[in-house]
Amino acid sequence: MSTAATGKGNEGRASVAHYFDSARQQYESQKLGMWLFLATEILMFGGLFCAYAIYRANHPEIFLYAHTLLDKNLGAVNTIVLLFSSFTMAWAVRAAMLGQRRLLIGLLAVTLMCGFGFMGIKSIEYHHKWQHGFLWGQRFDYAALEGHAVGHDAAADAAHDAPGGAAPGAEPDAGHAGAPARTDDEAGHVMAELDTAAEVSMAHGHAAATIPRNLHIFFGIYFVMTGLHGIHVLAGMIMLGWLLRRAIRGDFGTRNYTAVDLGGLYWHLVDLIWIFLFPLLYLIH
Amino acid sequence: MSTGATTTAPHVAGHVDHHGGNYLNCESGWKSWLFTLDHKRIGVMYLGTILFAFLLGGIFALLVRTELLTPQQTIMTADEYNRMFTLHGAIMTFLFIIPGIPAALGNFVLPLMLGAKDVALPRLNLASYHIYVIGSLMAVTSILLGGVDTGWTFYTPYSTTTNGAVILVTMSVFVLGFSSIFTGINFIVTVHRMRPAGMGWFQMPLMLWALYATALIQVLATPVLAITLLLLIAERALGIGIFDPALGGDPVLFQHFFWFYSHPAVYIMILPAMGIISELVAVYSRKPIFGYKAIAYSSIAIAVFSFLVWGHHMFVSGQSELAVVIFSALTFSVSIPSAVKVFNWLSTMYRGQIRLETPMVYALIFIFLFGIGGLTGLFLATLATDVHLHDTYFVVAHFHYTMMGGTMIAFLAGIFHWWPKMFGRMFSRKWGNISAALVFVGFNLTFFSQFIMGANGMPRRYFNYPPEFQIYHEASTIGSYILAIGLFVAAGVLIQSLLAGRQAPTNPWGAATLEWQALSPPIQHNFDGPLLLTNPYDFTSNRWDEAEQGFVPVIPVADKETQTS
Amino acid sequence: MNGLTHMISGSLLAAIRPFLAQLPDSFWMPSQASTTAGEVDRVFFVIYWISVFFFAIIVGLMALFVVRYRRRHPGDEAVHGTQHHSVPLEITWTVIPIAVSVVIFVLGFRGYMDMATPPRNAYEIQVTGQKWQWFFTYPNGFVTSELHVPEDRPVKLTMTSEDVIHSLWIPAFRVKKDVVPGRYNHTWFEATEPGTYPLLCTEYCGSGHSDMLTVVTVHPSGTFDQWLQEASNVYDTMPPADAGKLLVQRSGCIQCHNLEGNAGIGPTFKNLYGYTQKLRGGGEVTAEDNYIRRSILEPLADVVLGYEPVMPTYAGKLKDKEITYIITYMKSISDRGGSTEEAAADAPAGDAANANPDAATGTEGH
Repeated sequence: MSTAATGKGNEGRASVAHYFDSARQQYESQKLGMWLFLATEILMFGGLFCAYAIYRANHPEIFLYAHTLLDKNLGAVNTIVLLFSSFTMAWAVRAAMLGQRRLLIGLLAVTLMCGFGFMGIKSIEYHHKWQHGFLWGQRFDYAALEGHAVGHDAAADAAHDAPGGAAPGAEPDAGHAGAPARTDDEAGHVMAELDTAAEVSMAHGHAAATIPRNLHIFFGIYFVMTGLHGIHVLAGMIMLGWLLRRAIRGDFGTRNYTAVDLGGLYWHLVDLIWIFLFPLLYLIH
Repeated sequence: MSTGATTTAPHVAGHVDHHGGNYLNCESGWKSWLFTLDHKRIGVMYLGTILFAFLLGGIFALLVRTELLTPQQTIMTADEYNRMFTLHGAIMTFLFIIPGIPAALGNFVLPLMLGAKDVALPRLNLASYHIYVIGSLMAVTSILLGGVDTGWTFYTPYSTTTNGAVILVTMSVFVLGFSSIFTGINFIVTVHRMRPAGMGWFQMPLMLWALYATALIQVLATPVLAITLLLLIAERALGIGIFDPALGGDPVLFQHFFWFYSHPAVYIMILPAMGIISELVAVYSRKPIFGYKAIAYSSIAIAVFSFLVWGHHMFVSGQSELAVVIFSALTFSVSIPSAVKVFNWLSTMYRGQIRLETPMVYALIFIFLFGIGGLTGLFLATLATDVHLHDTYFVVAHFHYTMMGGTMIAFLAGIFHWWPKMFGRMFSRKWGNISAALVFVGFNLTFFSQFIMGANGMPRRYFNYPPEFQIYHEASTIGSYILAIGLFVAAGVLIQSLLAGRQAPTNPWGAATLEWQALSPPIQHNFDGPLLLTNPYDFTSNRWDEAEQGFVPVIPVADKETQTS
Repeated sequence: MNGLTHMISGSLLAAIRPFLAQLPDSFWMPSQASTTAGEVDRVFFVIYWISVFFFAIIVGLMALFVVRYRRRHPGDEAVHGTQHHSVPLEITWTVIPIAVSVVIFVLGFRGYMDMATPPRNAYEIQVTGQKWQWFFTYPNGFVTSELHVPEDRPVKLTMTSEDVIHSLWIPAFRVKKDVVPGRYNHTWFEATEPGTYPLLCTEYCGSGHSDMLTVVTVHPSGTFDQWLQEASNVYDTMPPADAGKLLVQRSGCIQCHNLEGNAGIGPTFKNLYGYTQKLRGGGEVTAEDNYIRRSILEPLADVVLGYEPVMPTYAGKLKDKEITYIITYMKSISDRGGSTEEAAADAPAGDAANANPDAATGTEGH
C-alpha cells in the first residue's frame, strides 16, 4: 500500500520523510494517493459492471432465472457481516486518532474476523455451486440443472422462489448442455442473440416458464465479479493483519494514524462494492 | 526546499563535483540503484530499461520489414511473421512508448521542475519500476516460450483459440498496467501537493501540465484494460463465455473494452511528447511560449476527449449506425486542441531567436511528422473514407507518424535536451543533427510509401501480398534501414558524450525552468541552495556566459564564491 | 447548418476540381467499380487537399521562421517585448479547424449513410468466412469461393463467420465490413464496371490471413442469371474427376492442400489416396473413400500426424455428390487410385447410399 509513513517512532509519532516540508503535507499526499488508487479500483470494477449491464440489457431472461439459483439468505448474511465490519473499521480509525491503543487492537481484530466470516460464507456458497455444476461458461452443467430443478430440497433451492415454478418439465436442451460444438442448433441460437429488441422481449416472455439459454453467461459474470471482490477482501484481510501487528507493537498514536486511516478507506471501498454486487446479483426481479 | 519568496540567486557552479557528489556517484553498488528511492535514479533505470525494450522492438520491426521485401516468403514463415509483428507491436506499445516519456524523462524532471526533493510517494515510484521490470521479463519469457500471434490488440475469439503463450503475455500487460497506474498516481499527487509556494497552476511549466494530463488518463483508463485482460485470461483459461461467440458471448464487446483503454492510451503516449515540444520550442527560440493557457487547457481537453472516441476503431465492426456517427463526430473534437498546440508553437517561433541545437532539430521534425500524422487522422475519422482505409497500411502509416514520428521523436528530443542535466556531459551537436537528418529521411521513406499502398488496397498484417505493391514495400524497407542507422548514430552520439563529452554547465540551453538551477548532474537531494522562482518562460532571467560556456542568471550574484566552495 | 455546409463543401469541390483532374487515378486510390466509389474518392480528395493546404502552411511557416530568425550564437538577447498570447488569434485558429472538421464530418457522414443503407430490392448473397477462405451462397443454394455479381444491380451481402473475426474488403467498390462469428453483418454495393477485382480479408485471422483473398467477377448486365444457371449445373455435365478438380480449386482446398506433392498447411492431395497415414492421436488409417469423406465433414476427427487440427468442416458446403467427385479426382492423381475410369465407375457404387446419380440439383439432402 502507499502508506509510506515510516512510523518507527515509539510514541506513535509520524516521522516526516526528508522530501516533505511538514507532516501535514505528507499526510495529505498519502491520502490523495489512496483516493486515486480507490478511483482505479472503482474503474476496474466499473468495467465489470458495464459487462453486467450490457448482458442484462440484452438477455434479461437469463438474469431473471439464474439469480434464483443463488442463495439470497447467505448473501444477506454476508452483506450484514461486511456492513458491520465497516462500522468496526470506522470506529478503529477513530480509536487510532484518539490514541486508544487497546480499543484499536480490539476493533481491528473484530474487523479481521468479519473478513474471515465473509470469506467462509462465500466459500460455502461457492461449494454449493460447484456441487450443482452451476459454474461459468463451458463448465456449466445443464443436465444437473434439470435434476436440481426437480428434486433439490436445500435452502438454496431455486424452485420455491422462481416466479413460475422452476420448470421441472423443461425440455433438456441438448445443444447447450454440451461443449461449444457447432451443431446447427447452436448456430441458430447464436444468431438469435442479435440485438433485435423484439427477439429479446419475446424470449423474456417465456423466461419464467423454461430454462433460458445461455444461463452459463450469468454464472461467468457472477464468478468473475464475486471472485474479484473476494480477492480484494483477501487483500484487505492481509492489510488488516499488518495493521493489527503494528497496532500491537504500538506504532500508532494521535500523531500517526495515516496507515489505519488509509486502510479504513480501502476496507470501506471493498464493502461498498459488495453493497452493489448483492442486489445486482441476488435480488433481481 | 523552502519557500520561493527568497531572491537569493542559485549557485552557478557547474564544473566541480559538489562536496556530497552527485546523485550518480553519491552511493555505489547495484543495491544502491535497484532499491533507491531517488526519483532521478529510478528515472535513469527506467530510461535504460525502456531503451532496451525499444531496441528489442526495433529488431522485430527490422525483421518484419525485411520479410516484406518480397511478395512471398523472404526470411521467415507466415507463422513466424505473425509472431514478429505481434511482438513488435506489443513491446513497442506496452514496454516502450507508453512508459517512455512519463516514466523515464518524467520521473527525472517532474520533481526538479517543481523544485522538490523527490516525488510525493517514492516507494510507490520504486514499486512501479520493479513491476515494470517483472512485466517486461514476463513478456520476454513469452518470446522464449514461442511467442504469441494474436496481434497486439488480442482480439477475441482469435486470442482465445490460437496457440502460444497468450495468457503469459496478457498477464505481462496486466502487470505493466499497474506500473503505469502507480506512476500516474504519483505524478498527480506530486503536482497537487509538492508545488512550491509561489508556483500556482499557471506558473507551472507546460511539461508538467502535460504530465499531469497524462497521469489522469493513466489512472482513469488503465484499470479498464486491467479488467479486460483479466476477462480475456479467464475466457481463455476457464471458458467463462463472456467474449466467446460459441458460448453466446460477444466478441465485439472485447473490442469496446480494449479500445476504451487503448484509445486514451494513444494520448498517454502523445501528451507528454507535446509537453516536451512546448518546452523545447520556447527554450530554443528564446522567446516566451505563445498562448500558455491555450496549450495548458488543450492538454486537459485532449485528456477528456480521449475517453469519448474509442468507437472509431470499430466503424466497420457492425456496431449501430448511430454509434458510428456519434463516434465519428466526437473524434474530430480531438483534432482541435492538437491543432491549437501546433499553431501556438509556430507563433512562439515567430520573431524568436532560433538556435538549431539537436533537441530543437528533433522538435522541428516532430512538428513536421506529427503534422502529417494528425492530418491523415482526418481521413480515418471520416466515415466514408475510413470504411475503405480501415485495417490497411494507411492506418499503419498514420499511427506510426503519430506514435513514432510524434512520441518517439519527442522522446529523443527530450533525451538530448535533458542529457546534460542527467549525466553532466555535453554531446556533439553536429553528429546529433546528422542523426536527426538520417532519422527524418529514413522515417518518411519508411512510412510515407505505406500511405500510398494502403489507400491502393494493401491490407495490414499481410505476409504475402500482391506483387504490384512490391515497389512500395521495398522503399519502406530501405527507409527502415536508414532510420535504424540514424537511431544508432544518435545512440553513438550519446554514448560518446558519456565517455569523452565536455562537462556540462548548469544551464547549457538557457532554459528558465527550475531543473536548470540544479547542478549538472544534480546532487542527491536535487537542490542545495534556495531557489529563484521565475516565470518558466522568461528567458531574460538568464544570459550567455562565455567563460561558463552556459547560461547564468542575470541577477547580480554576490555570493558566487561561497556557493561554489 | 446542412445547407451551409453543403454550400461550403460545394464551393470547396469546385475550387479543387482542377487539381483533382491532374492527379492520376491510380496513385492514391484503386480503380472505381461501384456506385459509391466515386463518392468516397471525392471525400478522400477533399480531405486530401485540405490537408495539403494546412500542411503547407505549417511547414512553410516553420521553415520560414527557422531561416528568418535563426541565430548561430547563443549569446543573443532573449526576446521580451513581444506578445505572449493573443485572444483573437487563439479564437481564429480554434474556429477554423472546427469549421473544417464540421465540413469533413458532414461529407463523410453523407457518404457513409449511402453505403450503410441497402436498397430494398437488393440481390442477396450469403457470405461465410472461415479460416482461410470465403464461401458465397446464392439464393438458389449454389456455393462458390469466388464472388460473382451482376452489373448495375444492388447486391446485399449478409455475412457471418464460422470461427474468428474476418473482414471482407473489395477495394474497387470501397466496401468493407467485419465478418463476426455469432452475428450477421451486412454491406451492399452496386457494381458499375464488368471485370474482376480483388476481394480480401482485412481482419487478422492467423497463418493464412494473407491468403484469404479471392476475386469478385462482375457479370455484364443481363448475363448474370444465365451464368448462375450454368454454373450451378456445371459439375454434372463433366467427367467426375474433372468436376472434382474444379471443386478442389473452387472450394479453396488447394490453399492448404497442394497438388504438387509438397506438404502445406495440410497434406498434399498427390499420392494421398490409397496410402496409409499416421494419425496425430496415434494409430494409422488408409486414405480410402470413407476416411476422406469423414475428413471433409469432420476434419478434426482424425488429423494426420505432423499437421495442425485447423481445417474447417465442409458439412453443408459440399453436397455428397460433390464429395464423391473430389474423391474421384484424388484417386486420379494417386498412383494407388486405380485408373480414372475404374474410379469413376467405382464411386457411385461405393457410396451408393449417398451419391444419387440423379442429376437434379441443389435440393439434394446432406
